[in-house]
Amino acid sequence: MKLIENGKRLDGRGLDELRPIRIEVGIISEADGSAYVEWGGNKILCGVYGPRECIPRHEANPYSAIIRVRYMMAPFASYEEHGRMGPTRRSIELSKVIRNVFENLIVKERFPNTQIDIYLDVLQAEGGTRTASITAAAAALINAGIPMRDVVAGIAVGKADGHIIVDLGKEEDNFGESDMPLAISRKDKKLYLIQMDGLLTKEEIKEALEKAEKAVESIHAKQLEALERYYKEEKREFKW
Amino acid sequence: MVGDGMDDLKDVILYHMRRDVMLSTLRKGTRYDGRPFDEYREIKIEYGPIKTAEGSAIAHIGNTKVLAAAKFEVVKPFADRPDEGVLTVNSEFLPTASAQFESGPPDENSIELARVVDRGIRSAESVDLKSFFIEEEKVLGLFLDIFVLDHAGNLFDAAALAAIACLKNTRMPKIEEGEIVRKEFTGPLKLKNYPVATTLAKIADYWLVDPSLDEDKVADSLITITTVEGHVCSMQKREGALTKEELLDCIDIAFKKGNKIRSILERD
Repeated sequence: MKLIENGKRLDGRGLDELRPIRIEVGIISEADGSAYVEWGGNKILCGVYGPRECIPRHEANPYSAIIRVRYMMAPFASYEEHGRMGPTRRSIELSKVIRNVFENLIVKERFPNTQIDIYLDVLQAEGGTRTASITAAAAALINAGIPMRDVVAGIAVGKADGHIIVDLGKEEDNFGESDMPLAISRKDKKLYLIQMDGLLTKEEIKEALEKAEKAVESIHAKQLEALERYYKEEKREFKW
Repeated sequence: MVGDGMDDLKDVILYHMRRDVMLSTLRKGTRYDGRPFDEYREIKIEYGPIKTAEGSAIAHIGNTKVLAAAKFEVVKPFADRPDEGVLTVNSEFLPTASAQFESGPPDENSIELARVVDRGIRSAESVDLKSFFIEEEKVLGLFLDIFVLDHAGNLFDAAALAAIACLKNTRMPKIEEGEIVRKEFTGPLKLKNYPVATTLAKIADYWLVDPSLDEDKVADSLITITTVEGHVCSMQKREGALTKEELLDCIDIAFKKGNKIRSILERD
């Protein structure tokens, strides 16, 4: 499968070009914080609850909030077969690595004996759901008023047909040479998520990191714009 | 980091004591067990301890011991890859091996470990899954089970090493009329390369290779980088956050250490 021709990708994008991204916050009335992210063909819903009393109580930590993340792919989220509900090995691993991103960012020592739940539902998937989920969760956490040390957003970089590319789509993820999902913070540009599969040399990783650092700026900007819109506008209409 | 898995004052005090002890020696340029920052504990590989499996190996890194065993079954291929066999990696954290482990279905740590080992082997294309084809709708499934026998820190590197050593020890089963003939073999499983995982832990400003259990417990950042010659084939940040420069430095160390461990695999 040819993924890149004349410097253009399957969907017409350039090598460093992101898919269209739309972020909305405060869209679930009952949640303490929420966000909705459309990222190319991905649709991610995030609800944040807490800090609230930790249940079961024996899991509570008297020095800190505990963070829970549940990432789940809807059974209808791909063009292929009907998936199954409930946790899979993939979703258990992704929930864990996403949780670790926010465990390192949330000022959790401020909320002893509580839990903060981050629910992530992938309603539609088209490659890059974990990075879109992290982007959604960061916006939802800010919307919930939970203090964090920095704002974070997800971005995948990788390699297809010998080129380093930004924001891999589904085919590029499946048939490309390598995929490197990252989460990068806004102020100090630290990497809170690093995963990678496929084959890359050190020089290619360096190039990919530089491209990711550049591309993530516009995602951070979109997160902040969404929050600003939410707090400025009195009445808003939200369309799925 | 502080707060994780610390339910009572005892855990918090232990965390700070461990960290203080470690930092006092790290500042003098050595680790509390006497190792330089970039040195593994002693590495040993035992090949073929399990006779009932088609391949097996036990990797020792210091006191950490991980067993990997390979079994073949005839299975149906995945619909999108009809001409390829199936590789399945599972891991078990036996409660026998550590007070930290509990009985029950695999938890997130065990799933993460299995998936990181799996990605290393799969990304490097170490095993030619096309050679597992038998006939239409019939392929060989290779089940690679990872059993942690003794958890003294750095399970990821030990598990990845046990897995690739196990594959090196694996013999291809004889196939007759689309079925496996047990206890008869046609030759060794062909391996293209040896992916090796290298875990680095950061405590304060110090990056350490092959963290012991105590170092693991106080690490601010943890990353596992799997390499083959010339290429990185898998990365997994497991704790904390890294700068770009730190990541690139870690990759250099992972290549250096990976090449050294590969020479052990090639020698035996």
